[in-house]
Amino acid sequence: MTAIQISNVEKRYKSLQALGGVSLAIEEGEFFGLLGPNGAGKTTLISIIAGLIRPDAGSVAIHGHDVTADFRNARKKLGVVPQELVFDPFFTVRETLRLQSGYFGLANNDAWIDEVMHNLDLTNKADVNMRALSGGMKRRVLVAQALVHKPPVIVLDEPTAGVDVELRQTLWKFISRLNREGHTVVLTTHYLEEAQAMCKRVAMLKSGQVVALDSMASLIRRISGSQLMVNLSHGDLTDDLRHLVTHPETSEHGKKYSLRINEYAEVEQILTRLRTSGAVIDEMQLQQADLEDIFLQIMDKGTV
Amino acid sequence: MNFISAGFRTLVYKESLRFWKVATQTIAAPILTAMLYLLIFGHVLEGRVTVYAGVTYTAFLIPGLVMMSILQNAFANSSSSLIQSKITGNLVFVLLTPLSHWEIFSAYVIAAMARGLAVGLGVFIATTWFAHLSFVWPLWIVVFALLGAAILGTMGLIAGIWAEKFDQLAAFQNFLIMPLTFLSGVFYSIHSLPPFWLTISHLNPFFYMIDGFRYGFFGQSDVNPLVSVAIVSGFLVALSLLAIRLLRSGYRLRH
Repeated sequence: MTAIQISNVEKRYKSLQALGGVSLAIEEGEFFGLLGPNGAGKTTLISIIAGLIRPDAGSVAIHGHDVTADFRNARKKLGVVPQELVFDPFFTVRETLRLQSGYFGLANNDAWIDEVMHNLDLTNKADVNMRALSGGMKRRVLVAQALVHKPPVIVLDEPTAGVDVELRQTLWKFISRLNREGHTVVLTTHYLEEAQAMCKRVAMLKSGQVVALDSMASLIRRISGSQLMVNLSHGDLTDDLRHLVTHPETSEHGKKYSLRINEYAEVEQILTRLRTSGAVIDEMQLQQADLEDIFLQIMDKGTV
Repeated sequence: MNFISAGFRTLVYKESLRFWKVATQTIAAPILTAMLYLLIFGHVLEGRVTVYAGVTYTAFLIPGLVMMSILQNAFANSSSSLIQSKITGNLVFVLLTPLSHWEIFSAYVIAAMARGLAVGLGVFIATTWFAHLSFVWPLWIVVFALLGAAILGTMGLIAGIWAEKFDQLAAFQNFLIMPLTFLSGVFYSIHSLPPFWLTISHLNPFFYMIDGFRYGFFGQSDVNPLVSVAIVSGFLVALSLLAIRLLRSGYRLRH
């Protein structure tokens, strides 16, 4: 079943086209990453999914419920962690979570609230006023608020922005558990290593358009492959290897090249060609491409 | 549409708990203000102004002050809650929920009524020692107190939706609510006004709330209470329709 169906969503703010016909289908149980630079339209898209912003055109459905026409059922299925660190200063952590739970019709939900607080290390802050919490603790409460009604679809908009390593680990452990239990997770983050570690599939947005949509493994394989970095103290690349060069540099001790390879077997072929041409390798390093390389390539080119 | 859903009850509870947690500011302070009005105006004008035969000025003033407190605090509750939530961003916690427009409207207005009526009751209890009050038509007292609180709770909701900054809300309060309240006959009978202002006062819906409320105490009023209740009810319906329309459209809430 499709957890989130986004169909031709458009949103314009005066002269700025924030989203220009975005379509995505996120399947139930996926851990999906929504990536892009600032201003790409990620938060606008999430706000439309959450019903906080109304699209100019197109539609969004959560588990088949349109977020505008059938907003009550759509919102029951959705838990959103907003990007902004917002809180209500009148209430304690437990009161905040009980109220949020109550809004969703769950009046006696203390067992689950206690479990969420335990999993996010909030138990000893349960009766502390929100004003007295650190930024990291407030962020944990935001996550807990999104989870109090056990939504099958969880959307996290930059959940680890500006928080310490401990919270990240706590958060990802809990979110991974929920994902294993069948919850669909949609994540936006600026920490690409997090997206690479957590997400099975990603969409990249640029200027309100989807410029890449693929599984993480396929994206890494398809776009970049690996890099073989060689530093030559003597000699140079042969002409037949020059088309593999991605980053030519001149180092203090000779010529330094990054060569793109698709399979490890190509390493031996390259080394053989260099040896037979008389080149001397001073230093060599094999580097696996990561999401950051892919992200930069896509954002440079604008498409895959 | 389910007016007694758990979600709706939670929002009423939250909005009520919000003002109860700062009751010194939201309940005790306005009671003190009303008592100061009574002490100053009552002391200065007692014996000099007679509005209704057999009713002292202090006794005349008390229902006006009670109603003024109900109106001002009902407005303050919904408007301040909404603008604070909008500006701090925590309104998102309500906007992300399955609560309907009706539920949000009703919850904010009921909580505003609760605060307005709590302050009004407090003012009544605190001031009733200063004059002998009669209760000729208690039902009218209750009806106009409820209608007045609901109207100002709804106006507060509209102002909170419309305002995007605190100074816009202050302008709404100072240039609309305050003049309408003070020119409604809280401190005087509109029949003591010159003809022009007498006519203008009849265009002020707040006048009918206070006049009808006072009728419940003294059995005397400037306008027939049936006319007042009709005008006030009509005003409430019109404002409610506007507020619900704004909520449904997402005006300045969902962009």
